[in-house]
Amino acid sequence: MSVQSKPTQQLALIDCNNFYVSCERLFRPDLAGKPVVVLSNNDGCVVSRSNEAKEIGIKMGQPWFQAKALAEEHNILALSSNYALYADLSNRVMNLLAEFSPRHEAYSIDECFVDLTGMAELRSISYAMRERVMRWTGIPVCVGIGPTKTLAKLANFIAKKHPRSKGVFNYNALTDTQKIKLLSRIPVDEVWGVGRKLAPRLAEYGIQNVHELREAHTPTLRSEFGVVVEKIQRELQEVACVAMEEVTPPRKQIIASRSFGNPVHNVISLKAAVALFVETACAKLRAQQSQAAMLQVFLHTNRFRSELPQYHPVMAVPLIAPTDSSLIINRWAGLLIDQLWRPEYAYKKAGVMLSEITPNTQRQNDLFVESEPAEESKLMAVLDRVNQRFGRGAVRISSQDAGEEWGMRQERKSPAYTTSWVELPSAVA
Amino acid sequence: MQPIPIQAVPVLLSSFVASVHAGFPSPAADHSQKRVDLNEHLIRNKEATFLFRVRGDSMTGIGIYEGDTLLVDRSIDPRHNAIVLAVLNNEFAIKRLYRRGGVVKLIAENPIYPPIQIKQGEELSIWGVVTFNLHKLY
Repeated sequence: MSVQSKPTQQLALIDCNNFYVSCERLFRPDLAGKPVVVLSNNDGCVVSRSNEAKEIGIKMGQPWFQAKALAEEHNILALSSNYALYADLSNRVMNLLAEFSPRHEAYSIDECFVDLTGMAELRSISYAMRERVMRWTGIPVCVGIGPTKTLAKLANFIAKKHPRSKGVFNYNALTDTQKIKLLSRIPVDEVWGVGRKLAPRLAEYGIQNVHELREAHTPTLRSEFGVVVEKIQRELQEVACVAMEEVTPPRKQIIASRSFGNPVHNVISLKAAVALFVETACAKLRAQQSQAAMLQVFLHTNRFRSELPQYHPVMAVPLIAPTDSSLIINRWAGLLIDQLWRPEYAYKKAGVMLSEITPNTQRQNDLFVESEPAEESKLMAVLDRVNQRFGRGAVRISSQDAGEEWGMRQERKSPAYTTSWVELPSAVA
Repeated sequence: MQPIPIQAVPVLLSSFVASVHAGFPSPAADHSQKRVDLNEHLIRNKEATFLFRVRGDSMTGIGIYEGDTLLVDRSIDPRHNAIVLAVLNNEFAIKRLYRRGGVVKLIAENPIYPPIQIKQGEELSIWGVVTFNLHKLY
C-alpha cells in the first residue's frame, strides 16, 4: 500500500491593519500620522487604535474613561464606531480578495483566508493582494502564509510585527531550523485560540513559547487542557484541523445585546430595549430559516462603577414549541424581565440569547400546544421585508418604542461616507 | 496546475410569460431584453469606486459645478490630463493632473484660478481618478 502525502497547503490570511482606524483615515487624510482610536458602541471601550495611539500606550479594550487623561495629554482623536462604513469597506476588501482564489473565507470583518495551494509565485501574488487592497480600497493589510489556519495566523502576526517582512510572511518557505528558532521566540498567548486566559495555565506546565506548545506531550495536553488545545497543537505541527468554511454555518446561538447610553431604572424602558434586541435576534433567526427553543435574558449593572450596588441576573426559559416569532419570544422576554427586575438598581446593559436552534424544516408540533398559526409567520415575513426596505425599526413591536432613555450614545461618529447619499464626502473643486 | 476561479456572479435567466391571443405570439417576445442598468455603465470597478460631492467653482470650465456628484475610481492609473481627486495639504481637491517632463501641476478649469505647481518636498497624492460627473438638471 502506498501512502500519498498531500501537498503542503498554502493558506494565506489577509488581515487589515487597524481596520476601523484605517477606514476612518480613508476619508480624513488629515488623520494620517496622528494618534486615532475608535470606540465601541456607546463610546465605551477602545476597539481600534492607530500605531501612534499604540505607541502612546492606549490598550486594546481599555474603557474610554480610563484612557481619557492620556488621550487629552497626547491629543488623541477618538471616534465612535461607524459600522455602516466599516461593513462597506470590508465587503469591498473581501470581494476583491475573492478574485485571487476560488477557495476563500471571510473570517471576520477584517480578516480573510485565501487558499493559494497549487499556485506559483506565492510571493508576488501576496504582494499583489496587498497592493490591490491598498490601491482599490485604501486599507493597509498584511499577508501571512502557512500550511494550516493557525500557522497562517501566526505568519500574519510576524508580517505585522517585523518591518523587514514588508507586510508579507510565508511560514512554508522556512527550513525546519528556522521554524524552531522563530517559534521559540513567540510567546504562546499569540497563538490563535490560546489567549491570555490559557497562557498562565500552560506556563505551569513549562509551556511558554509556541515551540514548546508544538513539542508538548500530547496525551498530557489533551487530559489537562482538552481536545481544543490538542487541535491547536496539531495545527502547529502542520496537520490541518480547522477546515476552510466557505459558507458560514448556521449559528448555534444568537445574541443581541448592547450597553445603554444612560443607565436605565424603570422596567418599561428596560422592556422596550429588550424588545428591540428580541426583534434583532429573531430577524437573524428567520434569515437563516431556523427556530429557537431556548431564550435567555440577562441584565447588568455597571461593572466599572464598583461603588454602586451590583446585580447581574440571568434567566433562561425553554420555549414550549420552537419558534421564530418575535411576538412569542418577546412575550416570554417580558415575563423574564418581570422576574429579574429590581427597582433599586441602575442597569447599564441588557441582552437576549436564543439557543437550541434548529432548521425550520425540523419542526415538531407539540401535542398539547396549538401549532403556530400561519398568519403569524406571514406577519413576521412582512415585518422583515418592511424593515429591510425602510430601515431597521421602521415597524416594530409596540413596547419597542416606549422611551428612548436607553438610546445608543455615539457622540463622535463620522458620516456614512459610502452608504448614504446625503453624507457623501466632499471635495473642493 | 492552476485552479480555475469560479465566478460567483449569478447568471440571470429571464422568464417571459405572455398571454397569447388567437394563436399569434406576441411580436415582442423574441426581443425581450434586460433594461439598461446605469450601475453597469457608470461603474467599471465597483469595489474601487466611491462618490464625492463637489464644493467650489474651479472646474466649471468642464462642467463640474458645486453640488455635483463625482464617481471616483481608485484603481485607474492617474495619467497626464486625467481629472483627479488629489490630496494636497491634507485636503481633497478636484483638478486636472498635469504630468510632463518632471513637472507636476494641478490645473483648474476656470481662468480665475492659477495652476498649482507641486514644489519639491510638497506631498501630493492622487486618491483616485474621476470617471463621471452626475449633474442634476431639473
